[in-house]
Amino acid sequence: MRDVSVVGIGQTKVKEHWSKSLRELATEAILGAMKDGHVDHADALYVGNMLSGELTAQENLGALIADEVGLRGIEAMKVEAACGSGGTALRVGYLAVASGQFDVVIVAGAEKLTESSNCNTTASLAMAADADYEGIHGISFVALNAMLMRRYMHEYDLVPEDFAMFSMNAHANAANNPYAMFQSPITLEQYKRARNVSDPINVMDSSPVGDGAAALILMPTASLNGNRARAIKIAASSVATDSLALHSRRDPLWLSAVELSAQKAYAQARVSPQDIDLFEVHDAFSIMSVMSLEASGFAGRGRGVNLARENEINPKGKLPISTMGGLKARGHPVGATGVYQAAEAVTQLRGEAGANQVPDAHVAMAQSLGGVAANAVTHIFTN
Amino acid sequence: MDLARNWRLKDQRFRLEGTICGNCGAKYFPPRQVCAECKSTELTPHEFDGHGEIYSFSTVRQAPMGHEAAVPYIVGIIQLDEGPMVEAQITDVNPDDVKIGQRVEMIIRKLREYGENGAIAYGYKFRPITKEN
Repeated sequence: MRDVSVVGIGQTKVKEHWSKSLRELATEAILGAMKDGHVDHADALYVGNMLSGELTAQENLGALIADEVGLRGIEAMKVEAACGSGGTALRVGYLAVASGQFDVVIVAGAEKLTESSNCNTTASLAMAADADYEGIHGISFVALNAMLMRRYMHEYDLVPEDFAMFSMNAHANAANNPYAMFQSPITLEQYKRARNVSDPINVMDSSPVGDGAAALILMPTASLNGNRARAIKIAASSVATDSLALHSRRDPLWLSAVELSAQKAYAQARVSPQDIDLFEVHDAFSIMSVMSLEASGFAGRGRGVNLARENEINPKGKLPISTMGGLKARGHPVGATGVYQAAEAVTQLRGEAGANQVPDAHVAMAQSLGGVAANAVTHIFTN
Repeated sequence: MDLARNWRLKDQRFRLEGTICGNCGAKYFPPRQVCAECKSTELTPHEFDGHGEIYSFSTVRQAPMGHEAAVPYIVGIIQLDEGPMVEAQITDVNPDDVKIGQRVEMIIRKLREYGENGAIAYGYKFRPITKEN
């Protein structure tokens, strides 16, 4: 297997894009990545997306988008792993280059969540869970995370305010990211006053519904011949799974897919958690950040909130997370998110993160989760 | 409308029927075809008692499509006495009176409708065990 590098990135702003269709968003991101990566062709395209069929009555995105970007005829397909579709598309693109099969691969993530009513979007997002044993009971995706948060607070004697810093950090970082959905910081007061969605989760614990697309150009590292100063190497790529339904977990408060995926990634990159300079965590809900930090080895069991409470998760802290706003404030167009995370990790390692720049960033980790971490995709990047 | 699908699930929905592994004895709800512990395929039906305790719960205020009429409703993860966990609505109780650790029992209630002319799906929910019931 050969080494793979990201040579170009592209992304759209995350927002309710009333005037842009799914194919237009994808095209914008891909053309941006091709320009950034100085390529005018590609051998293959992998498109991460979760709900194009359910919400926009459109499947077969590989063929559709390949043609839209002027690459009719190349290998192309949609890759789906619920909210982890973006990270999973990167995994597939990585394998396509690492295996020696292709030399220029486009990885794209695109999602349009606003095409349908709110109730339908909520129902559709719940498809990441078990339809026959969770969805049928009206258990929304927020409710699943809420049940975990409640149990977690019960076991470790915490209150909702202990989770506030995750959102506050995300919003503070998003304010410096022109692509982010939210552009202003939030206060602890705003967190405490936020409306209840599915208790104990409030609006400020949950990532928003929005549209967006991001794309990456992957090439073999060895082929770069030193004339690609802004190319960033993918040091690790791994996927692991867990039971789909929460009730089938050995221990609902432990994300074993995250643990497996992170362990494999650390082994491949020959690093340990202490070597990670920044972590684009899947902060769909603050409880997911907490549990991901623990299962990835950044915090002991029951201590996932500590780094946040001690204000060590900002760009100058011990473990910067969600450095460009994360799912919470940059936004979470579900199938695209994993690709946004990768683009942001690359931006950090290129030293181009502006006010959010993590000093001396050399090793970045991005983790994209499908469902309640039924699927965990971890990538590690180095410069 | 999910007619065939809800019909296929009737033993689970009305009798909490899962499976037990003939090789290692592991019990499962929902039923499985391959044992998660020992990978055996010798799994046979096993009906659960329906008693357990609340592992966690939440009150849903923003419902997915199809469940709007029931808002607000309580959902929970129940740890059955035999071991497996199951997710369901918790009913016949005030949201303020639900507690982790509460003893509950299975009952059959309406789960959802499928539009004005559609079928109605019924199945298990759980209610706290009180002196009255």
